[in-house]
Amino acid sequence: MRESWFKRARAGLITAAVLALVFSLAPNVYNNSSLLFMMMTYIVLSQGLNLLYGFTGYLPFGYVGFFGTGAYATALLVMKLHLPIGLAIAAGPIASMIVALVLGPLLRLSGAYFSIANLAASQILFIVIGNPNLQDITGGPYGVKIDEVYNPTASYAAMVVLVVVVTLIATFFRRSRFGQGLKAMADDPVSAEMSAIPVVRMRLLAWLTSAAVAGLAGALYAWNLSVFYPDAVFTLEISVFAIVFALFGGVGTVLGPIIGAGLLYALYNAIGISEPQYFQLIYGVLIVGLVMFLPEGILSLLTRRGINVF
Amino acid sequence: MQALLEYAIVGGVLYGIFFGLVAVGLNLIFGVMRIINLAHGEFVILGGFGAYWVSHSLGLNPLWGLPLAALGAVVIGFPLYYAVVPGLQRSRDPEMLSFILFFGLAQIIDAIISLGFGPDQRSLPDEALGGGTISVLGQAFPDSWWVAAGVSVLAILGLWLYLTRTRLGFATRAIMANRDEAYATGISVDKVSAIAFIIGLALAGAAGVFVPYLQGSVGPGIGNSLTTTSFAILIIGSLGNPVGTLFGGLVFGVGSMLMQTFYASWSDLVPYVLLVVIVLVRPQGLFGKAVRHA
Repeated sequence: MRESWFKRARAGLITAAVLALVFSLAPNVYNNSSLLFMMMTYIVLSQGLNLLYGFTGYLPFGYVGFFGTGAYATALLVMKLHLPIGLAIAAGPIASMIVALVLGPLLRLSGAYFSIANLAASQILFIVIGNPNLQDITGGPYGVKIDEVYNPTASYAAMVVLVVVVTLIATFFRRSRFGQGLKAMADDPVSAEMSAIPVVRMRLLAWLTSAAVAGLAGALYAWNLSVFYPDAVFTLEISVFAIVFALFGGVGTVLGPIIGAGLLYALYNAIGISEPQYFQLIYGVLIVGLVMFLPEGILSLLTRRGINVF
Repeated sequence: MQALLEYAIVGGVLYGIFFGLVAVGLNLIFGVMRIINLAHGEFVILGGFGAYWVSHSLGLNPLWGLPLAALGAVVIGFPLYYAVVPGLQRSRDPEMLSFILFFGLAQIIDAIISLGFGPDQRSLPDEALGGGTISVLGQAFPDSWWVAAGVSVLAILGLWLYLTRTRLGFATRAIMANRDEAYATGISVDKVSAIAFIIGLALAGAAGVFVPYLQGSVGPGIGNSLTTTSFAILIIGSLGNPVGTLFGGLVFGVGSMLMQTFYASWSDLVPYVLLVVIVLVRPQGLFGKAVRHA
């Protein structure tokens, strides 16, 4: 017997409501709203990466490519075509989904081959967009500027909405037949195929969803920042952080990436900005320790005690 | 025009042979252990800093960085292998988990280099490796490039002889072909793999000695691009075959130099485009048999 959709979605609705409440009220008590904005961005990115890695086993090392694509699509449409900001933001995820479709054949590869090829693809995007020869089109290494639409309050509110939406998408992945099918494929694609799960189509859907999430995050990030260089939205550090945060909390769950990104991004702010090497050392040690002792993330400490983690 | 072409080809061959050495250690470790050493580029950088230390603090020729790299590989590689590799190989998903673990290790090494040496780029004196130039087809390249290419050829040849002419090399190749069967025939898989791991790290460190010459300087933060480039080269040349890696290096080197000569701003794309195209079109590499352990 399957439970009613409401019962299945309840934990997700509660999580989303708590996040919305926390991030809507936080600026009243803590005035560094750019930090809060970045924390939400990383919650979204870690969750978006979790949609792919946690449910299909494909680790997208070049995840930042979708983020940068979304940011650039939005910025360039405002700069060159003077589109209203709402439309330009909608174009962000569309652009990153187009990139994901073009890179679709990478899904034929598995494991590390996929990860490295995806990393290479994001570097290609970075080198092309930041290329001095394309300065007339993309702004090249000198970046883009859309300060005419700068609106920190509205972009902050939009990011809160995105956090809610991504949490609900993750809930769907976690609690629906679709998500179960993805996990079955990750465990054993051949058996899944034989159980009439449309492996290729579902994997592509997860890939596109994950890309769209990063694209939308990039679009909102561009709006919030309004002036940026290509390396700000294509730096590999963004992929790295999203991976580390998601792994730390625990992939394949809804709460894991949220907790991982929240805790580690706060830690990054406490020590990472003034002493980036120490932070790098800490998360390097964290990754090695996690793989060796807690490959399912810190939430598995609860799972091991029989507590079912959402 | 013709001079430029000749310049790009001669330079590309030297550069490519050297990059064969940069990649060959990654190939050996992946071939034997099915582990992607994502910290490969960082081990190359460590070799470069070793040479810098030897030259600046001890006042010796930077070539002393080569034995130092071998020594460092034993000191780091032996405990590292036994600390992580056997455990990983028993785990649920060895390839992916090792990928992530070595990525963490890369971050640790990068942070330690930054903390120990500072974030600056370091270069080495040209005179130490001759300081003059040698010309072929009227194209002059610094002595250091020729030394780097010569050492690279010797090292790759040495590895090939090890794999094809010695008992340990036979055992290593048996493990590459099938780990479980190798185990069943009584090969002490862990011992042979540990030696391969150490050789792989030593080759990476040895390549690092020449990075300040071929790339102009060495510093933390270039590890990622070295690792990806090495991965592209090993895929071009197919797994487990050091001569194939040399060939992969040549494809990369000549391609890079041609781009640098004619379309300089696009030359950074070469390793990445090669990687994506080859992985999609011919994942077994140009030399490989049609088997894929992806």
